[in-house]
Amino acid sequence: MLKTLITLLLMACAHTAHAAPDPALVLQLADEDSSVKVAAIQKLTTTADPDTVRIFKAMAEDSLMLAGDAVVIIDGDKAFDAATGKLVAMPESPESITVNNRIRGELANAMAALELFDADPTVRLASAQKLQSKVSAEMAPLLAKAMENETDAKIKSLLALAHAQANLANTDPVARLAAVRALAGSSSPEVKSLLIPITQNANEKDNRVRYAAISAVKEIEGRVKMTDNLGRVFSGLSLGSILLLGALGLAITYGVMGIINMAHGELLMVGAYSAYAMQSLFRTYFPGAIDWYLPAAIPLAFFAAALVGVIMERTVIRWLYGRTLETLLATWGLSLILIQAARVLFGAQNVEVANPSWMSGGIELMPNLLLPWNRIIIVGFALFVLSLVWVLMNKTRLGMFVRAVTQNRPMAGCVGVPTSRIDTLAFALGAGIAGLGGLALSQISNVGPDMGQGYIVDAFMVVVLGGVGQLAGAVWAALGLGVFTKLLEGWAGAVVAKIVVLVFIIVFIQKRPQGLFALKGRFVE
Amino acid sequence: MKATMREPFIFRFFSALDARSRIALGVFLAVTLLAIPALHLMLPPESAFHVSTYAITLLGKIMCYAIVAVAMDLIWGFGGILSLGHGIFFALGGYAFGMYLMRQIGRDGSYHADLPDFMVFLDWKELPWYWHGSDSFWWAAALVVLVPAVVAFIFGFFAFRSRIKGVYFSIITQALTYAAMLLFFRNETGFGGNNGFTDFKRILGYSITSSETRLVLFGLTALMLAATFIFASWLVRSKYGRVLTAIRDAESRVMFIGYNPLWFKLFVWTLSAVLCGIAGALYVPQVGIINPSEMSVANSIEIAIWVAVGGRGTLIGPIVGAFVVNLAKSWFTVSFPEYWLFFLGLLFIVVTLLLPHGLVGLWKTLWKTLRKSQGAQA
Repeated sequence: MLKTLITLLLMACAHTAHAAPDPALVLQLADEDSSVKVAAIQKLTTTADPDTVRIFKAMAEDSLMLAGDAVVIIDGDKAFDAATGKLVAMPESPESITVNNRIRGELANAMAALELFDADPTVRLASAQKLQSKVSAEMAPLLAKAMENETDAKIKSLLALAHAQANLANTDPVARLAAVRALAGSSSPEVKSLLIPITQNANEKDNRVRYAAISAVKEIEGRVKMTDNLGRVFSGLSLGSILLLGALGLAITYGVMGIINMAHGELLMVGAYSAYAMQSLFRTYFPGAIDWYLPAAIPLAFFAAALVGVIMERTVIRWLYGRTLETLLATWGLSLILIQAARVLFGAQNVEVANPSWMSGGIELMPNLLLPWNRIIIVGFALFVLSLVWVLMNKTRLGMFVRAVTQNRPMAGCVGVPTSRIDTLAFALGAGIAGLGGLALSQISNVGPDMGQGYIVDAFMVVVLGGVGQLAGAVWAALGLGVFTKLLEGWAGAVVAKIVVLVFIIVFIQKRPQGLFALKGRFVE
Repeated sequence: MKATMREPFIFRFFSALDARSRIALGVFLAVTLLAIPALHLMLPPESAFHVSTYAITLLGKIMCYAIVAVAMDLIWGFGGILSLGHGIFFALGGYAFGMYLMRQIGRDGSYHADLPDFMVFLDWKELPWYWHGSDSFWWAAALVVLVPAVVAFIFGFFAFRSRIKGVYFSIITQALTYAAMLLFFRNETGFGGNNGFTDFKRILGYSITSSETRLVLFGLTALMLAATFIFASWLVRSKYGRVLTAIRDAESRVMFIGYNPLWFKLFVWTLSAVLCGIAGALYVPQVGIINPSEMSVANSIEIAIWVAVGGRGTLIGPIVGAFVVNLAKSWFTVSFPEYWLFFLGLLFIVVTLLLPHGLVGLWKTLWKTLRKSQGAQA
């Protein structure tokens, strides 16, 4: 921002000869009366002369001074004439010009508007976007001029919208009608609220303009509704993939192996803290490649969580196979120990895990529908983890053994499957997948010792709803719950939506205790 | 048979206790109803034997927990149903009575308004409908019993009818208490949101902070615990209790013999919820606060560990467990706060792995080996 201003200044200095602001107006900037100053600023702005930015900037920085009849810019020990930009002799005792808050605000607006004429298209785009929300009637000529000069189609359409907004207050009904028609193509709620007053008789006397406004409001409403719903479905999908990432590990340990692992949330936490640890490592040793800490943390998250899983299985869980309620209590104990261990190692406060720069920003599908990159990447990552799990369970020898052991343990043992080792490996796999889930969660939510507790109920709900022993069930349950929750949130608020969903699941389980996709035949108890 | 029918009810309850339990009960009541109040009131605070207000509050609190533990043991130890949502019934009882206590504050709150402070803060003009009648002690006492009973009955009816059991049931109860916690966290629910109810001033017109009120509440809690214990002992030895235990051990077989497990389970489930509600109502005036965190998942699971530590399937076990775990908790959180969770976690693991019958089971084994070695020596 500052850089562009400086380049602008240099550029302006180079071209002072053929583009000089009106000296009379410049002199008015030094007037005693604030209103005169404001009027001068506005007039100077409408000339759309890039050179005036230099004067405004100096004024905002209190280096614009009055020396007799001339307005000068004092820069260190040099003085320039404000209007022409030529070097002049240092005046004897320059008077400073009072710049109060009103004028400061006016200057900021003026400089922002003048950015529309910047040489850099990105600066122009940013300026045009900024203008969408606050455009005043005085700016209409300025915007028209900017539109003429504009070559970039996107900026031009933004400017056209802004111009139409500025023209809404035009005294000429024809101009107003044109403005309303131009605005009908918008899909932003702000434009709609601008048009609503015009639909009323009291505010708009001209019938044609009023009818045009009414139909424009309707058109915009339809589009806003559609983009809102699209946005909700997308955030539902993204919530669904978050739920899925939280629940996939559990779908293996609980769904396939039948182990009630209440420490599942803490395995997510291990994954999230792996991201934190890798980030700290990169900050210390490879600050240049900080953006790549996240991919580097993927194996760490998987193996750290898997290692914790192996330890849990070997020391506690294996002694409790077949005693589910006891497993539940013992793993709850494990979760408490892991939480406290995280507090001791990393402190009780949440730690900060930054998004890499390539995850910020998003794709703007429609003016008010932005799909943030981090959400898109989470959805993609969920797909990646899902296919990883699918391949591991269905296409590898380990997966075959796991399925064999869960289907018929004695028979699997008879044909030479090392059942006890398979138990450990399968649990480690589930734990590792949970670690990957935690890694993804670290990008969108708080990372702290207690974070796992928030996911444990949700994760169990997804697995139970989907049907135990089913990966596909978990996927559908997670996505369904995600979209359902977000659509509910639209009209009931977040907490109520959450409660409704929980109650829905409780009722659903009463009706279909086997979940959405019941296992058939010999697997049924 | 006829003679026993004519016996007064109370004797039948007592006849369920063996000699040792009666002695223990007598000692317990003597200590809680006579010794502790006497030591608190008669001795100066400097005396080494003085029982401080802190100790009375702590013991009163733990006795409430012990009632919850016995209630939990009834359904888990004897019915084989592990609930991870008993915190909800405890909290519902507490909230029901807390409403009465809030109304007793009257105009002494910080806003000096007729409405409870948090409603003034929310700019509410009148009490919501469900607060109606909450200024009456008896209505509050009825709610303490009715609300947990109705919630438990409805939930239990559907859950047991669809024959949900084992871990599924545990997870659903967990979801239930989690949903309730979220609901009570909302300010709009009308129960004080995050902060819940606190700053109580008086109960039935008596100051809630005076020693006498505290001792009365303490004594009532002790009586309630004793009554719960006696009633539970009678219940598990009755025919009903036998069928319940049979359902725990082989539900299908009991069904094929011709019993419908639904009503047996539903009764003990609702009873357990009511006991928790009463415990909650006794807890709130003694501790002076009730907030939604009582419904958190962690709190409800902790109830299970009290029972497991003491020894489930015995009735003295849960009481011992509640005392041991909670005394350990207050000691740890004062002396080594950072080690409490390690200790609690290890307790969960050690008890499930090594002490399936809890401390009571351990004691019994020790006693037997001691007897045996003595016999061998003689």
